[in-house]
Amino acid sequence: MAYFSLDDAQARYGGKTILRNLNLTIERGERVAILGRSGVGKTSLLNLLYRQHAEEIALVPQDFGLVRSLTVFHNIYMGQLSRHRLPYNFLNLIHPVAREVALAKRVTDRLGLTEKLFDRVGELSGGQRQRVAIGRAFYFNGPTIIADEPVSALDGARSREILKLITDQHKTVILAMHDIPLALDQVDRVVGIADGQIVLDAKTTGLNRSSLYDLGLVDD
Amino acid sequence: MTLVSLTINRRRTPLRNATLVFVVIALVAAVFADFELIALKPWGELAKIFAGALTPKFLDAERLIEAAVTTLALALLGVMAAAMIGFALTFIYRHRAVRSVCAFLRNIHELFWALMLMQVFGLTAATGLLALVIPYSCIFAKIYSELLGETDPQPAAAIPGPVGGFTRFLFARLPDTMTQLGTYTAYRLECGIRSSTIMGFVGLPTLGFHLETAFSQGDYGGAWAILYLTYAVIATLRWWFRPRLLPIYIIAAMFILPLNSGIEMSHFIRFFTSDIVPAPLARGDGLEGFLPWITMMATEQIGPGLASTLILTQIALVLSGLVALIAVPLVSRQFGGPVSRIAGHLALVVTRSTPEYIIAFVLLLVWGPSMLPAVVALAIHNGAIVGHLTGRLADDLTLRPDAIGGFNRYTWEVLPRVYGQFLAFLFYRWEIIFRETAILGILGIHTLGFYADSAIAEFRLDRATLIIVVTGVCGMGIEAMSRRIRTRLKLTTSVEEAKES
Repeated sequence: MAYFSLDDAQARYGGKTILRNLNLTIERGERVAILGRSGVGKTSLLNLLYRQHAEEIALVPQDFGLVRSLTVFHNIYMGQLSRHRLPYNFLNLIHPVAREVALAKRVTDRLGLTEKLFDRVGELSGGQRQRVAIGRAFYFNGPTIIADEPVSALDGARSREILKLITDQHKTVILAMHDIPLALDQVDRVVGIADGQIVLDAKTTGLNRSSLYDLGLVDD
Repeated sequence: MTLVSLTINRRRTPLRNATLVFVVIALVAAVFADFELIALKPWGELAKIFAGALTPKFLDAERLIEAAVTTLALALLGVMAAAMIGFALTFIYRHRAVRSVCAFLRNIHELFWALMLMQVFGLTAATGLLALVIPYSCIFAKIYSELLGETDPQPAAAIPGPVGGFTRFLFARLPDTMTQLGTYTAYRLECGIRSSTIMGFVGLPTLGFHLETAFSQGDYGGAWAILYLTYAVIATLRWWFRPRLLPIYIIAAMFILPLNSGIEMSHFIRFFTSDIVPAPLARGDGLEGFLPWITMMATEQIGPGLASTLILTQIALVLSGLVALIAVPLVSRQFGGPVSRIAGHLALVVTRSTPEYIIAFVLLLVWGPSMLPAVVALAIHNGAIVGHLTGRLADDLTLRPDAIGGFNRYTWEVLPRVYGQFLAFLFYRWEIIFRETAILGILGIHTLGFYADSAIAEFRLDRATLIIVVTGVCGMGIEAMSRRIRTRLKLTTSVEEAKES
């Protein structure tokens, strides 16, 4: 039995069917990039997959899902909420425990956020917020990550570095990406969506890159 | 040709139609209303009252301070207890039954609660506290639920792993709403101080008690001293009302308010099992006795009381709108110079921080008992609130640099942009105006409160209970109608509106 499997599934958004005839299986350990133009339904596909194993997946939503009035530490700590009891969580909410701060620091060190550890998320830039959302996923430390455009707000060199961290940290990785060259370097399989369906499902090795343009997977 | 294109271009104008309907209703209501100036020299007395504003007399400071401290302690304890109960209620507020019970309880004015509770607890702190806590808890439950409901659902959804609902609430919903909850609670404390002041008018030892005495004895300087004191307490709220200091305040308040437990259980039981039960039923006359009783109540008390309450409400609603529309150009940065604006703000601050009950009390004193003082009091108080909110909205508009000035600027540039929101603010006041109109009956105008108060004076609590229940149910009806109209007209409901309710 495959880890994720969609059998002639469809995705609806705002009362309309935007994806149909979805047939897709993803095994544990695969690294997959979902490609397609903006607005084509990548997020809807990710949501379908997420629901199949929500309890063990770290999700990085496109708009981050951060609590603006809490600090970077708190937002990252939220990755571990399910591992602790309510009193310990509550204690960390009102007075962060040294052990958790040290653990969170290990995450922020890698993401270059340590000096912002006790800043409120609402005061951060878009790129910093995106890294906090990734930090929360790292802190969860689960086997699988689903990330929706996880490096869209980061600059070139940093986005490559962070994307590598994301793939190294998790066994199974599913990314929605519109930056094709960046995606192809980090994954071993691409799924392309256009016109409401899957138009491409191939290994990255030996992939003819120009075909991606012909299939209409790239923003003009 | 022209005719055809005219008919095609004719748009439906729901906002204008709604306005027209309400104006026509108010005009029809005005035919049945009684606006008589009964006093002989109505304007001379009013002039004396305004003269008192310039010469406040702070005599007997000790008693005043004692009353001010009682007023504050009652408001603090009542509002804080209500905030906690209201917050707890948000967890079950999605149930229809809870929402309905809350809607009913909050539509009964705190003065009605005070009058009834007094029959059980006497003139004690318990009466004042419960009279505040019951309606305020239900208001908090509603507004807190709305505020929490407006939080972004994304963070809660993005927490990985199986996490309990309360943890999700604590981390993902509460933090981003905390500031708004705090602001609203502080605003409610302001209302609580006003409510607790007013309770003096029915006998509790708060500032209202001395205010009534001073006004009744024609000691206008003394009365204004008390009013200035309440303004000062409310105006400085933002400096002394700090979350950190709250525990100290609450402990102090508990020492100040004597929570005596001298309530006799038998008294308490009798209230519920016999006092508030319709007299014929309590006597055991059964349906035969009850039918004439309820017919008498409907035709002689509730019918006329409800009619005049509704007449007054509709007139006051439209006049409040008119007052607000006049006030907007006086306070908005889009118009006039600094002098007119400061004067406008000052007038609005005073009229909106003086409860309509006090304004009506004063006007009744000088003009004599008719609907006129009530309508004027309701219109200037509520008009000031709506005018203040709409004026702030107008301030936020960015008009093109070459926009026209003066009256044309108001009617062509500003009003069309804020009119929808203005109506929303006004409809939000509708049920509040109804509630206040009912309670103004205590002052002698023949609205529902008059009949309830008279029944209590004769110790016919069964009658009073029925009248008050009818008032609460009608308030619920108006609240529901207002919500439907706002939805129909696509008038958005925002936190800001909630704030002044």
